[in-house]
Amino acid sequence: MSELKTPPSGGAKAAAATADYLDQRTGVGNAVKFFARKVFPDHWSFFLGEIALYSFVTLLISGVFLTLFFVPSMSEVTYPTEGVWATMRGVEMSEAFSSTLRLSFEVRGGLLMRQIHHWAALVFMAAIVVHMMRVFFTGAFRKPREINWVVGFVLLILGLAAGFSGYSLPDDVLSGNGLRITDGVIKAIPIIGSYMSYFVFGGEFPGHDLIPRLFTVHILLVPGLILALIGLHLFLMVMHKHTQYPGSGRKNTNVVGYPAVPVYAGKLLFNFFVVFGVIALMAGTMTINPVWNYGPYDPSPVSAGAQPDWYMLFLEGALRLMPGATEVMIGPYTLSLNVIIPAMIVPGILFTALAAYPFLEAFATGDKSEHHVLDRPRNRPFRTAFGVALLVAFFILVLAGSNDLIATHFHLSINDITWTFRVFLFLGPWIAFVVTKRICLGLQRKDRELVLHGHETGRIVRFASGEYIEVHKPLDAHERWLRVQHEAVRPLEIEPAEDSRGVRRKGYKADRMRQRLSQLFYEDRVEPVTPAEVAAAHGHDEHDEQHTAIEGHGQPAGVGASAHGAEPDGETAPDGRNS
Amino acid sequence: MSTHDPHSDVVVHGEGELPDRFDDPGLHEHKPRQADVDPKVAKRVERQVLFLFTLSILGTIGVVWAYFALPPGETPDSMRTSNVVLGVCLALSLLGIGIGGNHYIKVLMSNREYVEERHEQRSSDETREIAVQMLKDGAQDSGLSRRGALVGAGLTALALFPLAIVVPLIGNVGEDWNVRKFKHTMWKKGTRLATDPQGRPIKASDVTIGDVWHVIPDGLNELEHGKLDEKAKAIVLLVRLDPRDLKSDQSPAGETWGYDGIVAYSKVCTHVGCPVALYEQQTHHLLCPCHQSTFDVADACKVVFGPAKRPLPQLPITVDDEGYLVAQSDFHEPVGPSFWERATK
Repeated sequence: MSELKTPPSGGAKAAAATADYLDQRTGVGNAVKFFARKVFPDHWSFFLGEIALYSFVTLLISGVFLTLFFVPSMSEVTYPTEGVWATMRGVEMSEAFSSTLRLSFEVRGGLLMRQIHHWAALVFMAAIVVHMMRVFFTGAFRKPREINWVVGFVLLILGLAAGFSGYSLPDDVLSGNGLRITDGVIKAIPIIGSYMSYFVFGGEFPGHDLIPRLFTVHILLVPGLILALIGLHLFLMVMHKHTQYPGSGRKNTNVVGYPAVPVYAGKLLFNFFVVFGVIALMAGTMTINPVWNYGPYDPSPVSAGAQPDWYMLFLEGALRLMPGATEVMIGPYTLSLNVIIPAMIVPGILFTALAAYPFLEAFATGDKSEHHVLDRPRNRPFRTAFGVALLVAFFILVLAGSNDLIATHFHLSINDITWTFRVFLFLGPWIAFVVTKRICLGLQRKDRELVLHGHETGRIVRFASGEYIEVHKPLDAHERWLRVQHEAVRPLEIEPAEDSRGVRRKGYKADRMRQRLSQLFYEDRVEPVTPAEVAAAHGHDEHDEQHTAIEGHGQPAGVGASAHGAEPDGETAPDGRNS
Repeated sequence: MSTHDPHSDVVVHGEGELPDRFDDPGLHEHKPRQADVDPKVAKRVERQVLFLFTLSILGTIGVVWAYFALPPGETPDSMRTSNVVLGVCLALSLLGIGIGGNHYIKVLMSNREYVEERHEQRSSDETREIAVQMLKDGAQDSGLSRRGALVGAGLTALALFPLAIVVPLIGNVGEDWNVRKFKHTMWKKGTRLATDPQGRPIKASDVTIGDVWHVIPDGLNELEHGKLDEKAKAIVLLVRLDPRDLKSDQSPAGETWGYDGIVAYSKVCTHVGCPVALYEQQTHHLLCPCHQSTFDVADACKVVFGPAKRPLPQLPITVDDEGYLVAQSDFHEPVGPSFWERATK
């Protein structure tokens, strides 16, 4: 500790003493030195992962509250005749359900905490998915972040597990039917299905073990794993330093942003309050999962228009779309492909594609270098189109999971809707792929157009010769840099199949397949504009105002030295955006 | 950015003096915000932040006040009021801090950008060499390389020990593991059909054409144990059709499983087990609300649409001496969703 020049105040003295005490025992000074002014790039889309984190913290806080009042037991009780919820008086129910009613109606603030917990779960999953989309479409998963992508992917799966196990705990008729569906899906597993069902339910469905088991899964196993993996996720994030969007001065070798103390740490802190606050507002004003209207679980009743939470809808939709004819017999044994395909194979394909994509792309790109500057989605047409196609498939399944609501709201035949979705599940992703890829290439061409010819100004000039032209205003160096900074990745080039003496080489087939994959990714591309092309473009536009401008830009390297020098004297002020 | 060859096919040749790529113009010039140059604006923002923090304090006070003053009470209205007031006050308490703090950071805190260098993730060759050497030294010190049998035994012991935990766990977790229970329900010869959920036996004469009854076996409600387990398998839907509309049912030749247009089918969907609870009188179709499998009651409950493959199993019924509907036997095949050994004996 350095000596202070002015006599320190009492508070400062105490703080210094505490810091000294801690540092001597933990060396915390090193950590502070490492973290305090660490630079974090700033962008609204980096907030998405934070939303997931804070809704998880909200889940922990509200969840602890709920565990103090919830009884995870399937013992039969009768709702007291003097109970506060009139419609349930005298009804037989499990203790889980009756304690849910008690904590909703008799524990002050209990209903609010339940609704906070449920809304936070929905926000948590939504934030994870949108955060993952951001990471995917900007290529933030590239080396060295592939492992962190996988960690995030596992967190997504754990989020589903947490949501599903928690959703089933109140033991109401809606979630009970969800469990019954789960049981049906488990039984469909070939050979061991019946035993798996016994494994999960501790005997026949519904049995007496499920709620206590789900409770342990929901409050111990899954959140424990989520916490540990969040720790790993953030550790890797700090170790890699955050990615940044492309723009002037943002290089692969630097990180531009705000220091942890005070800006980033402050935002972290206050964003938690914003997320928790918004969830509290939702919980205060919007009812969610009113189990007291559904009633306790009973295997007999079910209501139409029963949907699971949104993140499970895609599975429900897949189950609804599959035609029943696909159940087959192998000798005396039943193979329920009508369940296995939608409940296991389709989600298996979607999730495997998602988890494996970074490795697939790295393989097709043949790229071994680190990437810290994000891609603009348009500059990676295949990836963007692939992601959109995957999302469209997911979205169609979500809609299919709501086909009964679509039918009743729009007065359509449920059979027609189902058939439409069956067709679109196969067509939709392809259409989405082609359209998205075209849009990306179009946007890239638009970028080229802008760099080559500048902004339209709307100013029409007539020359002495009678010729009319519209004056274009060249881009300033920052605007231009954003549009030319990327690399257009090319398909891999491989050695020919035969060497100069005509001998076929080993491994050509594998190389050729890799090249094919690479061509699929990168055959269609638009190259960024080069200085020579700009010069050439202005060679044509003799009359253009740009003509003079390009003279000034003759040495782009020199232009880069000063932002002022890059400002063109145009009609319209350039918008200074860089992203 | 990447190791790719930065050369471009589309370079117009003959411009040799121009570089292949544009250069990064460097960071934007830092522009001061309004609050940086105008103290009045800064003062105004300060007041806004102050207001938001005060709002948060009021929100917290509001929560505590509502906790005491607005108990949930006994009516839906009082519960709703309590929830809304608590929720809105809590939101104020949180959002006041969150928005106020963020507002301060965004407008008043220094927004100068800093630049930090990145370093490659991989460790240097030198470090790697040292690390490898350390591991080698460690292996050397352990002396294991000379004792292959010991290593093998140790690894085997390690690989086997989880069994000591897993076997008792798996053994217990599935109760008695008697999965044959899937194949039987509590219906047996002479069990009366009773209304669900009251358990009142049903007389054939009570059932009129077009009626649909939700049915459980008589005696289910009196079960001491496993009531829901039995109910989950035994639920039945009873429908009376005009015998002329009844094209077929599942009775084998020489037997009659229905009674004068009354037929009883398992209510557990053969897809994944939801209760098939929606009956459409005009078409005699039964619809499962979960995944829309549709069964034709007039035609042996065959699947006419949706993801189920097999018809709903029929419960053979007749009437007893007193006119009550009774089962002739249990179902002749397992009810509910398919499983691997469903069709075996």
